[in-house]
Amino acid sequence: MSKTLFDKVWDSHVIRKINDGPDVLFIDRHLIHEVTSPVAFLGLKSRNNSVLFPEKTFATADHNTPTINQHLPVEDPLSANQLKALEQNAADWGITHWGLGHQKNGIVHVVGPENGITLPGATIVCGDSHTSTHGAFGAVAFGIGTSEVEMVLSSQCIMQPKPKKMRINVNGKLGFGVTPKDVALFMISKLSASGATGYFVEYAGDVFKNMSMEGRMTVCNLSIEMGARGGIIAPDEKTFDYIKGRLFTPKEEAWDKAMEYWKTLKTDADAVFDEEINFIAIDIEPMITYGTNPGMGTGISNYIPKAESVEGGVASYRKSLEYMGFNEGDKMIGKKVDFVFLGSCTNGRIEDFRAFASIVKGRKKADNITAWLVPGSHDVEAKIKDEGLLDIINAAGFELREPGCSACLAMNDDKVPAGKLAVSTSNRNFEGRQGPGSRTLLASPLVAAATAVTGVLTDPRTLL
Amino acid sequence: MAYDKFEILKSTAVPLPVENVDTDQIIPARFLKATERAGFGDNLFRDWRYNPDNTPKAEFVLNNPVYKGKILVGGKNFGSGSSREHAVWAIYDYGFRCVVSSFFADIFRGNCLNIGVLPVQVSAEFLDKIFTAIKANPDTEIEINLPNQTITLLENGDQESFDINSYKKENMLNGYDDIDYLTKMKSEIQEFASARPF
Repeated sequence: MSKTLFDKVWDSHVIRKINDGPDVLFIDRHLIHEVTSPVAFLGLKSRNNSVLFPEKTFATADHNTPTINQHLPVEDPLSANQLKALEQNAADWGITHWGLGHQKNGIVHVVGPENGITLPGATIVCGDSHTSTHGAFGAVAFGIGTSEVEMVLSSQCIMQPKPKKMRINVNGKLGFGVTPKDVALFMISKLSASGATGYFVEYAGDVFKNMSMEGRMTVCNLSIEMGARGGIIAPDEKTFDYIKGRLFTPKEEAWDKAMEYWKTLKTDADAVFDEEINFIAIDIEPMITYGTNPGMGTGISNYIPKAESVEGGVASYRKSLEYMGFNEGDKMIGKKVDFVFLGSCTNGRIEDFRAFASIVKGRKKADNITAWLVPGSHDVEAKIKDEGLLDIINAAGFELREPGCSACLAMNDDKVPAGKLAVSTSNRNFEGRQGPGSRTLLASPLVAAATAVTGVLTDPRTLL
Repeated sequence: MAYDKFEILKSTAVPLPVENVDTDQIIPARFLKATERAGFGDNLFRDWRYNPDNTPKAEFVLNNPVYKGKILVGGKNFGSGSSREHAVWAIYDYGFRCVVSSFFADIFRGNCLNIGVLPVQVSAEFLDKIFTAIKANPDTEIEINLPNQTITLLENGDQESFDINSYKKENMLNGYDDIDYLTKMKSEIQEFASARPF
């Protein structure tokens, strides 16, 4: 029978199908971090269970880590305690652990692919909703709760019903200044923040074929922001080139054997999706959000839509604009901005820093802007230095911080103060997401850079 | 972590007629720093419930003594965003055993079922009926009957049935969870793992 790419990967991992219940799904790779794992380890202990396959779990510290002075002890005692718990749990069970200061440390969804933990055809889970990132490699990857983290530790399985399947095709050629982030924000704005709930989404068409691995990761990362369980893109030569030779990638004979399998990972020509949606690349312009969920986005040159013209409740829409301090019909370009954040598992990779540098090169940071530039990992940080991007960034008056999730969720000290407006390359513009009372506009690294040098929300096409 | 069995729940309900309630609102990230599951209820809806100086916001529903009960009723797309199970821990710890909405985010729904909070999905029309009934009379009692899979407004008998798969239903009725199930599959899992290519 014809199968989709998603079917092929999911079905080959089902150990048992429960009648009128979930599938028992085997998990190849499990990523953990300090925030959603401690209670899972406590549960494991209280039930007298042990970690079944420690070599399939990988730990990194990222959510709760400072992005300056990482060589010094962590000041916040609660954060320090969580980092210590992760280190101790990993040591107790023989799990690979890349703690603060380790050369391999970084955001879980950045270091996974960098080190060949992420592989095509694998099932990958993590106690973090942006685990969907790894779908860029043709993996079935999604976020889980802490109870499920405990399940994976003790049994290497989770129990979930198989999601429905959606394919989104974007064909044609992207316009000038339009990045993978814009493609994702465009799709979310069309489907809404809940439009893909219950589905696993395959991205297909010219735009994704022509996209770099970094770009594909950005797109898959944001799948959850339209409610999808995950996103997936068929692996191709670009994928294989990216993973070849990395730390945990299969080598020699194992590589050849894996390649035979990986080349079968594509949707059969006559496979059927529960839902299929088509977009045209040329309809996408650089995007910006204006509300308090990622579905509230529009082309940067547009005006904020009227409540009556959007789907969903008028009251919730108005509540959202009230929080943002915006009005229906407002023009977005030219709004005065206070903070710019470049980083996160969405846009904290080398390509994002190249894009940012391409605009700030030869320009100066605007005086009213506080900018946080946070690489996704030490690997990314090293590349920024090697490629000379650091010199460009520094000359423009910006500084580079140390890796971590940082202001994306503001668990550490990188908090946007109440009332301040931030242009952020991260993934969520929820109320208070970047600090209590903070206001967030989600955008691409190009929009962030253009705004950082002008001090107001700026269309990057005017500066490229 | 084991939880109490769920069979029939009769209670008044707390209305929160807001759409897209994300888990960052249910519990903000800065309250996720604990290494054990305790005390999360105190920070449920922290920034909607308290001012920056920690005084309660009188207009928020959890601070209004008129509304109480073990059922939380939310708007469409409830529990979107972050996968943090802490959000459901906070809801449970505060004293809710059931969340009613016309639409739940996937991960949130799964997290609820894993720790013994029953997510009851109703039609948009029935959700409106519930909000209207509670607005007219905050003492409106709702019955959630898991064996029959029904939700009923007791004052007028308005009723709707809800979906839950029979595996999860058995779990909720008996207070079991998935780990109990998976533990019994260990040798089958080990055999499967040995045949995996990587």
